[in-house]
Amino acid sequence: MTTNLASTPSTRQRIRVLLSKIWEPYRSVPLLGWLSAALVTVGLEQLIGLPLAHVLGLSKIPALFGAVVILSKPALTPSVLLFMALIYILPIGIVARFTSPVANRIAAKLTSYPLIVTALAHLVLLYAVLQIWCDISDYRVLVARLAMISIILTLSLNVVNGYMGEFSCSHPGFMSVGAYVASAFTIVLFVSENRFGEALLPPALGPFMFPLALILGGLVSAFGALLVAIPSFRTRGDYLAIISLAFMFITKSFFENMEVVGGARGISNQPDYATLPIVFIWTILSIWIINNFVRSTMGKALNAVRDGELAAAAMTVDTRKTKMTAFLFAAFWAGVAGGLFAHVLRYINPDSFGIRKLAEVLAMVYFGGLNSVTGSIVGAVGLSLISEALRPLDIFKWIIIPIMLILIMIYRPTGLIAFTEFNVERLFHPKKKASEGEEHAAA
Amino acid sequence: MPLLEVHDMTHFFGGLRAVYNYNLAIEPGQIRGLIGPNGAGKTTIFNLITGIYTPTEGEILLDGGSIKGLQTNEIAARGLGRTFQNLRLWRYLSVLDHVKMARYSKLTYGLAGAFFGTSKRVREEKATDEVAMELLELVGIPHLAGQIVTNLPYGAQRRVELARALATEPKVLFLDEPTAGMNPEELIQMIDIIRQVHREIGIAIFLIEHRMKVVMELCEIIQTLNFGEVIAEGTPEEIRNDPEVIDAYLGKEVVI
Repeated sequence: MTTNLASTPSTRQRIRVLLSKIWEPYRSVPLLGWLSAALVTVGLEQLIGLPLAHVLGLSKIPALFGAVVILSKPALTPSVLLFMALIYILPIGIVARFTSPVANRIAAKLTSYPLIVTALAHLVLLYAVLQIWCDISDYRVLVARLAMISIILTLSLNVVNGYMGEFSCSHPGFMSVGAYVASAFTIVLFVSENRFGEALLPPALGPFMFPLALILGGLVSAFGALLVAIPSFRTRGDYLAIISLAFMFITKSFFENMEVVGGARGISNQPDYATLPIVFIWTILSIWIINNFVRSTMGKALNAVRDGELAAAAMTVDTRKTKMTAFLFAAFWAGVAGGLFAHVLRYINPDSFGIRKLAEVLAMVYFGGLNSVTGSIVGAVGLSLISEALRPLDIFKWIIIPIMLILIMIYRPTGLIAFTEFNVERLFHPKKKASEGEEHAAA
Repeated sequence: MPLLEVHDMTHFFGGLRAVYNYNLAIEPGQIRGLIGPNGAGKTTIFNLITGIYTPTEGEILLDGGSIKGLQTNEIAARGLGRTFQNLRLWRYLSVLDHVKMARYSKLTYGLAGAFFGTSKRVREEKATDEVAMELLELVGIPHLAGQIVTNLPYGAQRRVELARALATEPKVLFLDEPTAGMNPEELIQMIDIIRQVHREIGIAIFLIEHRMKVVMELCEIIQTLNFGEVIAEGTPEEIRNDPEVIDAYLGKEVVI
């Protein structure tokens, strides 16, 4: 017993030392290095993934990092793990480590250019990784697009629930408004079908007008947000939670009773405009704009209102305007996300925007972390992927995910990555070796 | 002409008369004090003038224009800065962000700047950074700029609050018990800082205090408040010897 007690910490320590020794060279890998490593990996999967899968006894390349295969056919676990190690972990590890000096040099060179050039270089690389990864199967394309739409949705809800500290429940409502408006716009103008008749404009114009449809959807849902905001922001407290919840149910039953847009049966035949690059561009745009907003002094006024409204007002902050702007802004992005969502699934009904959707997006916000752009991205992507990966478990999925959330709430009450600032410039910076970094800090 | 004038201000909370017939005239560059026992209505007067409550009766003029009934943020933007008795700092913001936040009404880049990061915004944020750093230097804590306020010792938090109030570019600065909860050493430092601020910026200061030492050292004219009414007004020396003030603070001598 005593030896056991004595040895446990030492083993643990040894493991920790070993892990940090393995991790040590990776500290100096810049984002550029990781992205290039990921590019090599997805390229490798594209080239030798299928033969390797066959050799290992898998019928096809595991779509979502093998989780689905492991859960539905546990006997294949070793082959899946081997596949993951050979295709993902080893190449990433090797490439990231050995290209890190080159990557650092390139990253250092990039810093001398304006931020936009550096950002574009990274984004092109990121998109290439995504595109090649998605090329393997249509399922991956769908999951990736839905995950990115979740990012927009989560971020915009975080503006209200995290940055502003109010509790809004109307996001599915705003999303449905955006979805229906954008769908009506594209279907009426560019699709010939039974409900709305012939297309009014040549369908070839459609993809170019699609941003207009999304923005229109966003603006209409921002107008809906105005209806919620006027009565709820007179005072602080729980009013917003109640009124916004009511708004969500009202929009749902509104669309259920609107026969012109299909009532409870919903609306389909949306054109396939929300392709992977389009969703990617909108996601990056939303991250950029929202991050710009929350990092400006005007955006930080939200935090001031949350942490002390009276003091904020006494320091010349127009609290009412601040709250209204942020709420309408969040609703706009929820509307855009809704429009994209409708054109990804190409079928929506009022049921898609109910309490289930609300639970999902709230979970993503609180899982990822309040008051944090990085947290929202992690929360949205993480929960989307987990929820897809656990699909074979059917109903048990809805036991495991809540338990996970409860654990998060116990051990990290504000979420995984909360209260951080997403500094884009620092993200792209080259990373010095640990020793050089210390010298730099000492100087 | 006085910078800030209050005429016959009266305020009721329901049936309770919190402030009665209050008059005030602050000249530019003056330091005035407001003292009185607990519950006399000192903070209520601050809240009435700064627009947190609207007085039932009376008139308030700042620089000749009426500010009665305006929103708190509008009054603050017109040049009435204040600190709070119980430090209303923002929990998750850095020291620098606190001071920058108080420049909110001076920012003109608007929503376009906030959303798209225009060059105007970059310029204005940079200028605001500089103003904020100057103020932090004035109150002696430039090295704490990047800290989150909850990590700071109490005396430093008070300084952050003072710098924040100064960042609104007030014509009159209201200090609500600036030395509350401070130890004697911090207290002396605070008096020095207030003196220095007064000397360098030359604004008028109106302060509430409990500690006689602070009021006597800083103020030119002192008002004494009891049950919402001014019972005495004068120089520190006059106030110290006023029988009514002694009564209010120490109680009447009862002859048995």
